[in-house]
Amino acid sequence: MLKRYPLLIVMLILGYLFLYMPIVSLVIYSFNESRLVTVWSGFSTKWYVELFNNKPLLNAAATSIKIAALNATAAIVLGTLAALALVRFRQSRGHKSLGVMVTAPLVMPEVIIGLSLLLLFVAMEDLIGWPQGRGLTTILLAHITFSMAYVTVVVQSRLAHMDRSIEEAALDLGAKPLKVFFTITLPMIAPSLLAGWLLAFTLSLDDLVIASFVSGPGSTTLPMVVYSSVRLGVSPEINALATIIIAIVSTAVLIAGVIMYRQEMNKQKRL
Amino acid sequence: MMSRLSWPTALRVPGRVWVIGAPWFWLALFFILPFLFVLKISLSEAVLAQPPYLDWVREVEDGMVLIQLNFGNYLMLWEDSLYLAALWGSFKVAAISTLICLLIGYPMAYAIALAPNHWRMPLLMLIILPFWTSFLIRVYAWMGILKDNGLINQVLMGMGLISEPLQILHTPVAVYIGVVYSYLPFLVLPLYATLIRLDNTLLEAAADLGCRPWKQFLTITLPQSVPGILAGSMLVFIPVMGEFVIPDLLGGPDTLMIGKLMWTEFFSNKDWPLASALASVLLVVLIIPFVLMRHYEQKTADNLG
Amino acid sequence: MPQHRPAPNDNPWAASDEEPIVRVENVTKTFGNTYAVDDISLNIHRGEFFSLLGASGCGKTTLLRMLGGFETPTSGRIFIDGQDVTHVPPYERPINMMFQSYALFPHMTVAQNIAFGLKQDRMPSLHIRERVSEMMALVQIEKLANRKPHQLSGGQRQRVALARALAKHPKILLLDEPLGALDKKLREQTQFELVNIQERLGITFIVVTHDQEEAMTMSSRIALMHEGRIEQVDTPRRMYEFPISRYAAGFIGSVNLFHGHVVEHNNDMVLIRSDEAGADLLVHHSQPLLSGMEITVAVRPEKIIVREQRNDEPNHLHGVIQEIAYLGDVSIYHIELASGKRVQFTQSNVQALAEQPLTWGQEVALSWNPYSCGVLSQ
Repeated sequence: MLKRYPLLIVMLILGYLFLYMPIVSLVIYSFNESRLVTVWSGFSTKWYVELFNNKPLLNAAATSIKIAALNATAAIVLGTLAALALVRFRQSRGHKSLGVMVTAPLVMPEVIIGLSLLLLFVAMEDLIGWPQGRGLTTILLAHITFSMAYVTVVVQSRLAHMDRSIEEAALDLGAKPLKVFFTITLPMIAPSLLAGWLLAFTLSLDDLVIASFVSGPGSTTLPMVVYSSVRLGVSPEINALATIIIAIVSTAVLIAGVIMYRQEMNKQKRL
Repeated sequence: MMSRLSWPTALRVPGRVWVIGAPWFWLALFFILPFLFVLKISLSEAVLAQPPYLDWVREVEDGMVLIQLNFGNYLMLWEDSLYLAALWGSFKVAAISTLICLLIGYPMAYAIALAPNHWRMPLLMLIILPFWTSFLIRVYAWMGILKDNGLINQVLMGMGLISEPLQILHTPVAVYIGVVYSYLPFLVLPLYATLIRLDNTLLEAAADLGCRPWKQFLTITLPQSVPGILAGSMLVFIPVMGEFVIPDLLGGPDTLMIGKLMWTEFFSNKDWPLASALASVLLVVLIIPFVLMRHYEQKTADNLG
Repeated sequence: MPQHRPAPNDNPWAASDEEPIVRVENVTKTFGNTYAVDDISLNIHRGEFFSLLGASGCGKTTLLRMLGGFETPTSGRIFIDGQDVTHVPPYERPINMMFQSYALFPHMTVAQNIAFGLKQDRMPSLHIRERVSEMMALVQIEKLANRKPHQLSGGQRQRVALARALAKHPKILLLDEPLGALDKKLREQTQFELVNIQERLGITFIVVTHDQEEAMTMSSRIALMHEGRIEQVDTPRRMYEFPISRYAAGFIGSVNLFHGHVVEHNNDMVLIRSDEAGADLLVHHSQPLLSGMEITVAVRPEKIIVREQRNDEPNHLHGVIQEIAYLGDVSIYHIELASGKRVQFTQSNVQALAEQPLTWGQEVALSWNPYSCGVLSQ
């Protein structure tokens, strides 16, 4: 079909060029000898060495990864519950309001989420003494709140496409609802749980605005360090960091992509 | 008929309450309740203290409660042209970027939907991949490309098209580029999802009745994808209205956007009440596009369901 | 009474002293304002092959799902083997179901699928293995034990689903459109297999189907459903020969209907005057009917015989052949009567080429036996 529309193909290619040009340029210049980022003066890995000697940045990265992993794990639990509620309990009280509350964080400007959560945390500390001050806990709570919305969307679409009678068959064969969930439903939605976990992890690792509002002294995350160094101008170290992140992400996505591609092709062969 | 079938009461596990209750209360506590505090603080007065505002419900003495509302923040937003200009600036950037995203994203989504089966998955992955790398770093990448001695200027000068570097970074153009770049996947994905489910035989029927390809697109494909277009557009428009990172890093001092202003009021001026008032105004402004988005999302879901 | 097929207990529904295995009492199920099932009462007996037949949306699937425990009746009660199961969840009912989509667990092998129900009963694994291979032998899928569902053909999946549902030796097996996803050839072959398996195991089968032929072939009895209600419950033969309503007559097979009113009724014979038919009609009917009562006479197309000569006795009609459809085994003729009413009749094509075939425009006289038609009051 596409072959009949050469103009569409050209626009598609231009679109991909637009998407990938900045990323490619980052990777190339991360190996540039010169500090003047755009002048090529020979291949070098010295910025990688400097990156790994940058203690504050490494500490922030460790903090971020810790928060991201905890966040993803909590978000997957809450998000899966929300997805179940939205897909399965349509008649339940609170179904509609849950639907609205889960969609809103997806588009809500980060500045609003960040500010409002900070004000909540301040008020809560004043009223019940928890969370004490601001730091890892408050960042984590904030991240779980918006990550779970994304997880919900991912799991929800998988659940909605699942044949309900498969679970009914399990009930019919004598398995109780909780057992059905763990032996049938969970294995069937496992790929979406993994995708959701990775998405929540990435979102948390990437968040600057919300973390800036709710963080406290001693809880500086990686994006906050990157931001303060980027504000001062282009820095080759950040190029190196970006290249590492891009390498990790592309490998992960590539592996996931190949697996999904094979499954998809198998499915189509069967049909 | 199947969609109407419900769980019988006998199957309603006691856990059902938990399944819906846990995420509900989490979001009510950490997403809805905070907005009430934003409203509350927006009506208080800024002071030099920790926290830097004066609660408007105060116990003065002997159980006497003093309620002192301060509408000054909102008055200030109205009177100082800076804030209205920022709101307008945000709206302009969000609206124009959404339009550009559509112009670039629609052909891409359509091309992917038309592509051969085994091509679709890899092409989609390529759209999603940048989204997984850090947002901050992708914005930063544009700084390197757009600055005075950046990639674009060097290429243009190398080709002899210009003799002096063009100032692109820290101009509105840079902001548009950054926004379109960052939010493009948000539009391509829902558009693709809508387009891929359109019935191809409709086009064949139209062709059979003598309709030319370009006209087929205008009369069959485009009208059917309207809900997808609107839902996807709001997915871009709403968060861009409050965007901070892009105008801050790519925009100049004259780039007025409400998100950036909020950040300044909060972090630089330590004026929490004014920042809260700004957030409240933005929130109210965003309700209409949000309702639109929900409506069209549900519509696409129903159509496809 | 005519019997459908010889079986050990031919018509258990006739023995009134035995407790039916399924007793449905005034069951109603509403979704919002719509009545999916509207005040249905029904008895199904041990060893029956019972079909719930009806067009889509008639409530047959909802009724089956209430028997399985996937829906709770809005009102009324359901008894299985004398026990009230109205509010018993599916996992505690002595019933298993074969789903329309088969609902095989995609992440388990064929053997694991069949073993699933047995594991829920905490049966020792040795016994489970035995029972699984027994079931696979029953439906002839021994070689597929280690395949995953997506590696099976439609027919094979159907067999796995059947084996899985039978593995627990349920008192009743529910089958939701069991042959719906198979192509025509395979469907016909599987119909007889299902009947064989049912007879061999002696389990009560309750089948939902929209296919009248399927219901006629397999069932001991059929319940015809329409708009949430049961139109008629009968053996396939009686359902065909003696439908009690116009809907029932029209749903199963083709039928010619003539409207008229009762002139007289004696000695089990009713004389009916019908302007549509252009003649008086004589019907055998034992229940008393009042003179003047509006009534419909139903005649199956294959019961009509062509006569050479015109005759003005009852049950003799005259008309002109309008359409002929040659179907191979039979031909269908459409006759237009003087009243404008169209009558359909079929003739089997016994000879390769009949000597004097009926042709378009030909005038014919039709008649039928008073014992091969029926009256419908609704």
